[in-house]
Amino acid sequence: MTAVPATSETPQLTGSRCRDCGNVAFPEAAGCQRCGSTDLVALALAARGTVWAHTVQRFAPKSPPYVPPAEGFTPFAVGYVELPDGVRVEAVLEATTIDDPAELTGATVTLVATEPVPRFATGPWLAAAGIDPEEGTR
Amino acid sequence: MSEVSIIGAGLSRFGRQPGVTGRQMAIQAIHAALADAGIAWPDVQVAFGGSDGAGLADTLVAELGLTGIPFTNVKNGCATGGSALVAAVNAIRSGAAEIALAVGFDKHPRGAFDPRPEDWGLPAGYGEAGLMVTTQFFAVKIARYLREHDIPESVLARIAAKAYRNGALNPNAWRREALTEEQVAGSAMVNDPLTQFMFCSPGEGGAAIVVASPAAAKRLGARAVKLLAVAPRTRAFGTFEVFSPSIQGDGVPTSVSTTAAQAAFEMAGVGPDDIDVAQLQDTEAGAELMHLAECGFCEHGEQEKWISAGETEIGGRLPVNTDGGCIANGEPIGASGLRQVHEIVTQLRGEAGDRQVPGAPRLGFTHVYGAPGISACTVLGV
Repeated sequence: MTAVPATSETPQLTGSRCRDCGNVAFPEAAGCQRCGSTDLVALALAARGTVWAHTVQRFAPKSPPYVPPAEGFTPFAVGYVELPDGVRVEAVLEATTIDDPAELTGATVTLVATEPVPRFATGPWLAAAGIDPEEGTR
Repeated sequence: MSEVSIIGAGLSRFGRQPGVTGRQMAIQAIHAALADAGIAWPDVQVAFGGSDGAGLADTLVAELGLTGIPFTNVKNGCATGGSALVAAVNAIRSGAAEIALAVGFDKHPRGAFDPRPEDWGLPAGYGEAGLMVTTQFFAVKIARYLREHDIPESVLARIAAKAYRNGALNPNAWRREALTEEQVAGSAMVNDPLTQFMFCSPGEGGAAIVVASPAAAKRLGARAVKLLAVAPRTRAFGTFEVFSPSIQGDGVPTSVSTTAAQAAFEMAGVGPDDIDVAQLQDTEAGAELMHLAECGFCEHGEQEKWISAGETEIGGRLPVNTDGGCIANGEPIGASGLRQVHEIVTQLRGEAGDRQVPGAPRLGFTHVYGAPGISACTVLGV
């Protein structure tokens, strides 16, 4: 488990919506992948979603570019979170265990960090970390 | 579409070759393809080729002979060989040349690829966080796929064991030890549910194909194999690809492999049921499983039935990756697509030895898939 730094600000992912076809992109895009339009507007994405699919990164990725945590590499879960905005976002996933896929499969997860990549956590992980899962939702 | 024939196919050795450069493997493959075609380098009128990380193909003329022909470098990830072949085929179709060469080669260091996020249009944070790892994508995709289609994980070890078994029959394969399903399933977990022996490894090798107009093929008395279709495609909207910060669009992601395969079948005027032998990109065992359906050979979810019945084995209804595929030959990115074409040419000529598909196969298919959402398919016939 990675500690989430205490912050007064609620984490927020910013994507974009195409004004022509309505497609939602993340990260914020300069051109629409669906219709090619460049008329896009920034969109604050929902902070809760469900895990669409995930795996576990069991080996330390090559450095560079990977920057392992100070305490060294430990396996972590990674996957895609389906947001109600209509986009699935790649994210590091926090759970109390990564060895039993049940906690993450189809789970409701909450955004806990946006940098360097989106990071979402399960209810049990939030409870163990003393974070109210309702906080940070909009 | 005017007809194009493959008149020569050649490979270097595959697998680790200390002291041999990727360029040297390319030269070996080209000489093997020229000898197979019964021609010499000065007979080649135009060439296309590339590697992902082993050098520029056009520099090969220093060793091949300075004949002054146009030689274009291609760099298209896993589709490098396929793209080079498309360019060579188009040179023949347009009448610009009668004999053209496509070559692909690579020599990768051990371990997973380590791409730079900025080369893929991604923020640097994806590299820092450890998400620039190709194996993650394949694991996420197959994890979702197995769940959606209620396919047991055990089928993955079965597919990989077939690759090693076929590799053991192929004198040029890197991995020639037949591993059991238990050995595959029991190897180190890399990205759940995929273990180490379910993946191909970045490897080394070169492959070359000589194509010609029908007139040139006839004049040379070549043992020609007809190239009935070659179709490269980039992804359409709504697919799920390597290195995607998000999957856009609603519903089930589609695959670029489907659009490339459909285009190839349409061009060739045949359907998946007509194919006697196929080479499908098996970056890992799950990729072969998904590509079977994505390319149209079976319905989604039907694979377990096929594989359990032995339909993808040599001697089955549709033998797949008869040379051991990427899993047994390794993945030299630039070479793999043309290695696949080499294997189909070998099978259609009936020269595959211990791994020969029985019953004189007449139609073959090849498929590559790679980042950032590219695929190239061919249909070959005799």
